Amino acid sequence: MGEYKLLLANVDKPDSEKLETYRKSGGYERLRKALFEMKPEEIVEEVKKSGLRGRGGAGFPTGLKWSFVPKTDEPKYLVCNADEGEPGTFKDRVIIEKDPHLLLEGIAISAYAIGAHEAFIYIRGEYEYGAQVLERAIKEAEEAGILGPNAMGSGYDIKITVHRGAGAYVCGEETALLNSLEGRRGHPRIRPPFPASKGLYQHPTVINNVETLATVPFIVERGGDWYASLGTEKSKGTKLFSISGHVNKPGVYELELGTPFEELIYEIAGGIREGRKLKAVIPGGSSTPMLTADEIKGVKLDYESLQAAGSMLGSGAVIVMDETTCIVKAVYRMAKFYAHESCGQCTPCREGTRWMVQILSRIVNGKGRMEDLDVLLDMKNIMGGNCLCPLGDAALGPLISGITKFRDEFVEHIKTGRCPLGG
Amino acid sequence: MRAVIDKEFVSEATWNKIQDLMSRYPDRRSALLQVLHAVQDEKGYLDMEAIKWIAKLFKLPPAEVYSVASFYTMFNLKKVGKYLIQVCTNISCMINGAEDIVRHIEKKLGIKVGETTPDGKFTLITVECLGSCGKAPAMMINKDYYENLTPEKVDAILDSLK
Repeated sequence: MGEYKLLLANVDKPDSEKLETYRKSGGYERLRKALFEMKPEEIVEEVKKSGLRGRGGAGFPTGLKWSFVPKTDEPKYLVCNADEGEPGTFKDRVIIEKDPHLLLEGIAISAYAIGAHEAFIYIRGEYEYGAQVLERAIKEAEEAGILGPNAMGSGYDIKITVHRGAGAYVCGEETALLNSLEGRRGHPRIRPPFPASKGLYQHPTVINNVETLATVPFIVERGGDWYASLGTEKSKGTKLFSISGHVNKPGVYELELGTPFEELIYEIAGGIREGRKLKAVIPGGSSTPMLTADEIKGVKLDYESLQAAGSMLGSGAVIVMDETTCIVKAVYRMAKFYAHESCGQCTPCREGTRWMVQILSRIVNGKGRMEDLDVLLDMKNIMGGNCLCPLGDAALGPLISGITKFRDEFVEHIKTGRCPLGG
Repeated sequence: MRAVIDKEFVSEATWNKIQDLMSRYPDRRSALLQVLHAVQDEKGYLDMEAIKWIAKLFKLPPAEVYSVASFYTMFNLKKVGKYLIQVCTNISCMINGAEDIVRHIEKKLGIKVGETTPDGKFTLITVECLGSCGKAPAMMINKDYYENLTPEKVDAILDSLK
């Protein structure tokens, strides 16, 4: 357990984004192996064996997702979700900017595995530099005959196109992403049908996160069994963690799943700044319920342990808050985010997130009432599970956990009309 | 009747870029966001004239193009300053002093969030998570990232912009 550099093995090399550097460490040999030595269904089988789960946040088994694609002759598409927007998450950016060819190789292998000849990378609009790095890398790989028609002389065509988003968090949700990729407003679609049967342009489509796709070359190279030997019983392999907030060494670290939470915070990320005490941690991006300092004791960073602790691994975005943090204000800020990003399609989410902001704003500004807390907690019944996409539920994560675990702090704001921390 | 497009509405380079973008997808409507970006890159913002021009290009009603453009926060539908300052105030930046950065810029430029300086040089807005949480607080000015901000660093950055 602890740090394990698989995805991040290349990122610190000089000119790590260049094809020449990538090829020196065996780059694109995994694609060659896939195209020349493996049948598509063998790749799907290895990925299933590996136990790889979607790294964007939902954690759905990747091989299973691929196996839902029908074996028909119609066009199929692979979409790489690079719309990294979950607050606290900045892991995909490292791969995109520092090791773009690893991502392209993963995309090419995965496209071949599901029978797609065309793939799109949907990258958030703010990552313009990343989009440029990817476009240059695609050009390099096409000029070298690795991507494009007849990739590596295999007779298989693989075209990859970079598509820039334009500042909408909801487009990280896969069906909203598809609408955005079709040139529309990013409204999530009603499911079923699921994208695997009717996705982009109503054709079978697989949408995978950057980190997920970048893992595929290693599974092809060393086998699903090898990958599954890393991590825990139910959480296989390695995971990128973006740690931010009040730690001495924030950044992106790759850990074997099952690494103790405290090891990440106190050793790898250098502990809490200025010797302060830890107050709360958001373990997997702003939508995952926060945990108190006591609650993370003995908890491991994997899917099952965080679930048992009452939260989620999510995107692996660990936000660390020390004792000086006002939880009321933090919850208010996150509520504002969800209200801003709600697409407005479903009433519970559109109105619910707005209520949350209005009520929390009242409490932050010293005008709160005790009954406000019950109204806020009741949002769980109003919004929970009542929306087309997970955004409404996501908004509940920080709200419910914040009020439940730090109720005294909310009560003090309401009773005294000010922040006990002077915030 | 065939709609005639006034190519001169954009520079030759932008026109060529648009042609390239529109040829990349199985369905050219997919290029809409990319074309909105391309036109905004040249003009700084998308006024109704630009929306109508793009609508003609895609053979879509202007209202449809406007509805798409207005969904995405990165498209400026109103004029913005030469430099669009976008300070992240989301959670990781907030707990690392983003509000102080916003207040500092407001004071320095004499404008509030959402406003533009009278000389049209700077517009200040706050934005959601930019994916720079490990180097918080962070901001973007136009397309460039600036991270690990302090008031002194912000002064140096703003003073260097001509």
